[in-house]
Amino acid sequence: MNFINWSKKNLFANWKDSLLTITILYLFYVSIPPLLNWVFLDATFFGDSKKDCTGGGACWVFINVWIKRFTYGMYPNDQIWRINLAFVIFFISIGSYFFVSSKIKKYIFIFLTLVFPFLAIFLFHGGSLGLEEVETRVWGGLFLTLFISVFSIIFCFPIGVLLAMGRRSNLPVIKYFSIGFIELWRGVPLITVLFMAAVMFPVFLPSGTNLDKLIRVIIAITLFESAYIAEVVRGGLQAIPRGQYDAANSIGMGYWKSHLLIILPQALKIVIPGVANTFIALFKDTPLILVVGLMELLGMVNMAKTNPAWLGLATEGYVFAAFVYFIFCFSMSRYSLSLENKLKTTN
Amino acid sequence: MKLLKKNIEKLNLFMENYPKIGIYFPQFLIILLLGIVISYFSMNASTNMAARGIETGFGFLANKASFDIQFSLIDFDSNDSYARAYLVGLLNTLLVSGIGIFFATVIGFFVGVTRLSSNILASKVAEIYIEIFRNIPLLLQIFFWYFAILRLLPSSDNSLILFNFVFANIKGIYVPRFVWENLNHFVYGFLFSILAIYFFVSFLKKKQEKTGVQVPTFTTSLIIFFTINLIVIYFGNVGLSLSYPILETNRGLYNYMGGVSVIPELIALAFSLSLYTSTFIAECVRAGILGIDQGQKEAAASIGLSKGQILKLIVIPQALRIIIPPVTNQYLNLTKNSSLAAAIAYPDIVLVFAGTALMQTGKAIEIVSITMLTYLTLSVSISLLMNWYNKKNSIAER
Repeated sequence: MNFINWSKKNLFANWKDSLLTITILYLFYVSIPPLLNWVFLDATFFGDSKKDCTGGGACWVFINVWIKRFTYGMYPNDQIWRINLAFVIFFISIGSYFFVSSKIKKYIFIFLTLVFPFLAIFLFHGGSLGLEEVETRVWGGLFLTLFISVFSIIFCFPIGVLLAMGRRSNLPVIKYFSIGFIELWRGVPLITVLFMAAVMFPVFLPSGTNLDKLIRVIIAITLFESAYIAEVVRGGLQAIPRGQYDAANSIGMGYWKSHLLIILPQALKIVIPGVANTFIALFKDTPLILVVGLMELLGMVNMAKTNPAWLGLATEGYVFAAFVYFIFCFSMSRYSLSLENKLKTTN
Repeated sequence: MKLLKKNIEKLNLFMENYPKIGIYFPQFLIILLLGIVISYFSMNASTNMAARGIETGFGFLANKASFDIQFSLIDFDSNDSYARAYLVGLLNTLLVSGIGIFFATVIGFFVGVTRLSSNILASKVAEIYIEIFRNIPLLLQIFFWYFAILRLLPSSDNSLILFNFVFANIKGIYVPRFVWENLNHFVYGFLFSILAIYFFVSFLKKKQEKTGVQVPTFTTSLIIFFTINLIVIYFGNVGLSLSYPILETNRGLYNYMGGVSVIPELIALAFSLSLYTSTFIAECVRAGILGIDQGQKEAAASIGLSKGQILKLIVIPQALRIIIPPVTNQYLNLTKNSSLAAAIAYPDIVLVFAGTALMQTGKAIEIVSITMLTYLTLSVSISLLMNWYNKKNSIAER
């Protein structure tokens, strides 16, 4: 009875609603069963070559066989433990961050921001202390996606904050420099910035220096995203009432002191959701690096599908990659939304 | 430590005595740093270029391009110059952006309104649509439509045929072409009818404001439109027929001739750009409609406006004020995102100019700068337009 009332109100309120509901249900009826058949019922999950796929549905064997490449790229198999170790350390320190007392929290934060990046780079790249060197050109897969997005955001955050402060500065040179810098990167597509990193950077460096391609890409993405971060942070700075600046000045604080102790802590708290959204955008932009020849998850799928033994499995590969990206982006956007709601109530 | 503290105190005292230093010194420092960085890079660049024997300058634009472009809106062959190749690329970029903007707007408005529907099922479907297409990278969507759908279409000799006039195969989609007779008469008549409607409607509006007499503007406009156009079509001998694509063989190769062909790259790109951007537009539309105070609608209803009038006179004008700025931003994003075309070899400005032309000439600095400057010009001009629009339409606050 309850259900009938509910559906009368929400699904069949008038003839237009009823028509809409019935049309949608019919479309579900037409499209969902074949989709389920393809994904689950007729699909083949286990095996070691394309010949094992006889069900007529999706050939998940492709993913099953290639999953290691999709995750780690061409990283040598016997060295993969290094990547795993770094990520385990990362997740343990993030996880424990939520459970320990605030005194230890401080140390974990310092570890994560100052020590961990170098530790991770050392683990991934090696080259000393008995670790074999692994060149960046074999890095790839989801590992590279995460590496590039995390490191770019670490670098572009401080630059973005400085640019945002510069844009609001009273000093004309600094102000117009910041505006020009921000608008330049916001006005061009990332792909042209990557092209610039690939073909223009080498021209500007002293001849003989060979900057690693991965570093060039991270520089390019950092320049590009710092402009977006700057705009987000500027929104936060503008939201701080004038009185806060005046109060800080009146007790004798200078520009840097008032910003570091009074303005930025408040402004950055407001912009956390915006920064999270920028991070999601950055994460979604990482596949673009395949135009300069770096193979993250999508690049690896693209490469695997052209392997002669696995031709014709593009759909499976892309569906898998889409699923992975979706999981990451969707959970991050939900997290940022919940943060936004939380901040709204506490303010 | 003590010495340092003392020195800082001294410095602070000095700065207090000469407050101008605090203003000029940082700016001077920035200019100095910029100057050093720029001159360092340009010195490196000139030595590198000299070592490789590359000349700088934009003279190459007039040289023969000697490559072909598989899809262009204007005539282009390998004898044309690089400048013309640039123009072809730019036009292709604008074409795919235009198509994308049109469909993204239509889908976005539809989904955004559906998202607010009182029908829970419809609103949930809209929400799922938004979440799926927004959280998957655009490049992946382009690859999916291109490699997993359009590249799997049959070859030309057994194309998919829809409704007997749309032919889809691996080379693209073929639709009939309009063949006009006396098209110019029709165009003039059409423009004239639009002008006539514009003047007539503004006349009616003035009259209504003066006297309060209402004339149904929509019906009268329709009548004007059809009378003028039908007269022109009848007396101006305007004719329209369709030229169907026909399967022809040439040395064992099948191909469709006649009709309009749309290359699969363009379809994949336009499709994914529209779907991806429509999710963002849908959210803007939703925010715009939700942003209108409920009291506005109640007030309008209480002075006796009908539901349609409330929508037309109260809700839409106010919602548009909220919706248009973020949607313009999305249009800009779509245009910039159309540069992903290079990944599936749609000949847009990035592929033609920053790809092929750069590879042939090796003029990295010039070509990358021109390409970036083109996008920058587009962005800046649209933002200026937007600022002007915002200023014009913002609520005058007392």
